[in-house]
Amino acid sequence: MNGPHDLGGQMGFGPVAPEMNEPYFHADWEKRALGITISCGAFGAWTIDESRHARENIPPADYLSASYYEIWIRGVETLLERHGFVTRQELLSGRKLQEGAVPKRVLKAEMVPAALAKGGPCDRPVEAAPLFATGERVKTKNFNPATHTRLPRYARAKLGVVEAVQGFFVFPDDNAHGKGENPQWLYTIVFDGGEIWGEGADPSLTVSIDAWESYLEPV
Amino acid sequence: MQARVKALETLLTEKGLIDPAAIDAIVETYETKVGPRNGARVVAKAWSDPDFADWLKRDATAAIASLGFTGRQGEHMRAVFNTAETHNLVVCTLCSCYPWSVLGLPPVWYKAPAYRSRAVIDPRGVLAEFGLVLPEEKKIRVWDSTAELRYLVIPERPEGTEGMDETALAGLVSRDAMIGTAIAGSSKISAAGSPEAL
Repeated sequence: MNGPHDLGGQMGFGPVAPEMNEPYFHADWEKRALGITISCGAFGAWTIDESRHARENIPPADYLSASYYEIWIRGVETLLERHGFVTRQELLSGRKLQEGAVPKRVLKAEMVPAALAKGGPCDRPVEAAPLFATGERVKTKNFNPATHTRLPRYARAKLGVVEAVQGFFVFPDDNAHGKGENPQWLYTIVFDGGEIWGEGADPSLTVSIDAWESYLEPV
Repeated sequence: MQARVKALETLLTEKGLIDPAAIDAIVETYETKVGPRNGARVVAKAWSDPDFADWLKRDATAAIASLGFTGRQGEHMRAVFNTAETHNLVVCTLCSCYPWSVLGLPPVWYKAPAYRSRAVIDPRGVLAEFGLVLPEEKKIRVWDSTAELRYLVIPERPEGTEGMDETALAGLVSRDAMIGTAIAGSSKISAAGSPEAL
């Protein structure tokens, strides 16, 4: 979707502000926000793609004025309510008012090291031959779905070159919406800066994205 | 946000959905165990061992796993090597994808709109804000992390380090050098992301 998260090439945010000796967390609530988000992800009720979509659906004015962990908390609240674990009333009151959905698992402290070490690989067994080969010229599709996609706006309808065939990966545009993993080939597509940014582009710049096969058309 | 997050944790605990001790364990992991020293060890080994560097180019996930660095947000790794001709820079314009298993949790600037918007359109301007001014003839390659591949920049080995062992070499590699907003061994910029600073 063309949400506030799709930031590549937008202007007006000012300079990058590196912080000397930056701590991992700037407040205690950020630590809890990280832990709550990971713990709720362990329920197995939603995918990483659905959680990304919940965050990108935050209204633009709220998204852009929120700190990163605030975006996470807003996203996880949406998911908890959507999947029946909590109600809006419970979120507002901070107290249990009724029984809710039961998760597949609750992450206990002793499970944390194994869960973090395992992660969530999203490559899948190959089911088809790749349509495109390394070195081939391709064009990205021009589409503007209201649903989740990982093709950034700045890289739509652009000519690029297949630099690498990366493997067979879960397709986020479907997986975010409960339509299954439907894995596809994933390619690294490289673009000249001028193809993307046109007049005035840095002539020494190339930009690549990782694009699923259905984002691409032959040239 | 302090009150809102506290209320959420209380609610979820009361409902039996989360274990506060698990949150403590997650935080402890990312505060003390998983950080950019992991990545610095990968870089130092790549500088010291051509076979490892070659493995890293072909299959970064396996090569990095051989050093014990695996797991969440490092499931699928790719190493990109700086050369005399090309400087690599990593961003995620869509959210904040970042190789946790080798660099730990990302800094605020990596997740913020200024970096995510500008790294793909004005990388030289962004690098200058980090104090890194590249020669005009140096090409810039930006990697937008739009899938689950996580990128680790292997900076160029600084000159005059021929006699150094892997431990000493790792000390020259800042977090920012492995994102591409710094180069290795530069004291000018290491303060923003040196291993000591973390």
